[in-house]
Amino acid sequence: MRKITFSEATREAMAEEMEKYPEVFVMGEDIARQGGIFGQFRGLPDEFPGRVIDTPISETFIVGGGVGAALAGARPVVDMHFADFIGVAGDEILNQMAKIRYMFGGQAKIPLVLRAPDGIAGGGAAQHSQSMESWFIHVPGIKVVTPSNPYDAKMVLKAAIESDDPVLYFENKVLYKETGEVPEKADEVPYVIGKARVEREGTDVTIVSYSIGMKNARAAADLLAGDGVSAEVVDLISLSPWDKETVINSVKKTHRLCLVAESVKQGGAMAEVAATVCEEALEYLDAPVLRYGAPFTPIPFAPTLEKMYRVYPEDLVKGIKGVL
Amino acid sequence: MAVSKEQAAKFYETMCTIRCFEESVKKDFLNGEIPGFVHMYIGEEAIATGICGALRGTDLIESTHRGHGHCIAKGADINRMMAEIFGKREGLCHGKGGSMHIADFSIGMLGANGVVGGGYNLATGAALANKMVLKNDTVSVVFFGDGASNRGTFHEAANVAAAWKLPVIFVNEMNCWASTTPYRTTTAVENISDRAKGYNMPGVIVDGQNVFEVYDAAVKAVERARKGEGPTFIEAKTYRIEGHFVGDPEHYRSKDETMKIFHDTDPLKMFTKQLPKGVRFTQAELDKTLEEARQKVADAKAYAVACEYPDPSEYLTDVYAD
Repeated sequence: MRKITFSEATREAMAEEMEKYPEVFVMGEDIARQGGIFGQFRGLPDEFPGRVIDTPISETFIVGGGVGAALAGARPVVDMHFADFIGVAGDEILNQMAKIRYMFGGQAKIPLVLRAPDGIAGGGAAQHSQSMESWFIHVPGIKVVTPSNPYDAKMVLKAAIESDDPVLYFENKVLYKETGEVPEKADEVPYVIGKARVEREGTDVTIVSYSIGMKNARAAADLLAGDGVSAEVVDLISLSPWDKETVINSVKKTHRLCLVAESVKQGGAMAEVAATVCEEALEYLDAPVLRYGAPFTPIPFAPTLEKMYRVYPEDLVKGIKGVL
Repeated sequence: MAVSKEQAAKFYETMCTIRCFEESVKKDFLNGEIPGFVHMYIGEEAIATGICGALRGTDLIESTHRGHGHCIAKGADINRMMAEIFGKREGLCHGKGGSMHIADFSIGMLGANGVVGGGYNLATGAALANKMVLKNDTVSVVFFGDGASNRGTFHEAANVAAAWKLPVIFVNEMNCWASTTPYRTTTAVENISDRAKGYNMPGVIVDGQNVFEVYDAAVKAVERARKGEGPTFIEAKTYRIEGHFVGDPEHYRSKDETMKIFHDTDPLKMFTKQLPKGVRFTQAELDKTLEEARQKVADAKAYAVACEYPDPSEYLTDVYAD
C-alpha cells in the first residue's frame, strides 16, 4: 500500500465522496483560496468548483447553515478552522444538530460532518490548542470520531460523510504531517463508526487511547516490551458511540487497564471508559485503572509550561510497572 | 398582485383555523390536558397566512416557539398537529416534540424552534444548499419576533444571505414584546427592518394585521428570491395579544390596553375592510367559514384525545438514523 500524509488522506476522502455524491459540499473559513489553514483542503476547489466555499467568520452560520443545508437534502461538511472555536456555535450543535431528528420524531436526517482540527501544536496556548471531544460524548444525537493515523483519517472521514447522522470529526493538528499506509480502493473496506481496533496484541496490560494519545500508547508499549512487559494497545477511533466490547474483551485478557488522552483528564472521554469497565468488568481487573490526561488548567503558552502540560510515554510506563 | 375571491376565502379560512386552533389549545392547556408550554399566535394570523399563501408546497419555512400559525398556514394536517401538542403517538413528531418542537417535513415545515433566533441559520443554510448545491429554485422563509431580532445569529445569517444572494426571506413578526420586555427598552432602531440596509437587503414594512398587504410583500420577496436576486426583510407590524405563554400573569402590562389594540386590529374583524376591489363576502359566508373552522378544530381535538400516548419503549427511537 502507498504511503501518504494524514492531511492528504483527509483530502482524498473528501475528493472521493464529492465525486460519488454531488450533494456533498464543504464550507468554512479560509478553505477555498487558502486550501485550509493546515493545507488539508488544497486542490479540492479546482477539482470541485463551487463546492468548496469560503465563508465569512461566522461560526453560527457555518454550523447552523450546515444543519439547514442537510435538512434541505445536501450532505455538508463544515470546517471549524480550530476546534477551540466550536463554542461559538454551541447552540447550533447542542440544540439544533443533535436534537432535530429526535424531537421531530425521526422525520429528519442530518448527514453533516463537522471537521475540527484540535490539539497542542506548540505555542497555540489556551484558545488554539484544545481538544474538545469529551464535551460532545455527553450529547445524544451526534457522533464523535477521532482518528489517530492516516489510514483512519481517510476511512473514518469517508464513513462520517456517508453517515446520515451528524458526526464531529476531530483531527489532530500535529498528526496532519504524519505519513502512513492508506488504501486507494477504500470503498472495499469501509470503516463502521463505533468500532475500535486492537492495534497491538498483548497479555499484561491494555492501553486504550485515541487520536494523538495513541502516540503515547504505542511508545509506552514499545518501552514496556523492552522490559519484558506485553501491552495490548486499543485505538478507540470513535468516542460516541464507543466500542465497549473490544475494550472489555481486552481487559478480560490482560486484567489491567491504562487510559491516556491529550485532553483534560477531569471529565474526559476516558472517565467514561474507566467507569464502564468498573461497572461491567470490575471482577476482571487485578489493579486500579490508570488514567492519564492533561492537568486541570488552560493550556499555557511558554514552552517550559506547555511541556509540563503534556503526558509522556514514561509516565505510562512508570504507572503500569507500579500495578504489575 | 390581484387576489381572487377564492384566494381571499382561503386566507380567511386559514386565519379562522389558526384562531380556533389557538383558542382550543389555550383552553385545553389551562384545563391541564396539554403538557409543557404553549405560546399563542392569536392576533398575528394574517402574517403566517399571507406569507405561506405566496409559497409553493416545496418551499421551506423555519418557525418559532409561537409557531402553530405557521404550521397551519403551510398546510399541516391539524389532526396530527393537535395530536402532537397533546403528546400522542399519531402526532406529527410521534409525541417527541410537542408545541415548541413541531415539524412537518412533508409540507416543507422544517420545524418550530425552542431556541429564540435558532432558525435564521437553518433557513439560510437550506437556501444555500438549494441554490448552490442542489440547483433548484426553492425558497426558504424564517419567521422571528422582535425579541429574536437581537440575537447575533441574525447578523451571521443575514450577512451571508445578502452576500451570496440566497433565496431566503426574513419575516419579522414585530409584536412589540420580547417575552415580558417591551421592544423599546432594548432596541434603538425605530423599525427592525431599518437594519436591512446594513446588509444591502431590501427592508419592507407591512401591516401585519392585513393579510393582503402581507401577501403582496411576500409575493414580491418570493419572486426576487427565485430570480436569484437575494433575500428580503419583511417587518410585519403586529401585537402580541396573549401573554408570552399561556398562563403568563402579564404583570408587566395593562390588559385593557392589550384588549383595546385587539379590538382595533383583530385581523379577522378587519378582513372585510381590507378586501381588494371587486371582492366581497356576505356576513353569512364569513360566519360559515368561522363555524366550519371551529368544527374542524373540535374534530382535531377529539382525534388527539382519542389517540394513544407513545409506547414507553419509543423513548429510545429516532436518536440516530444509522
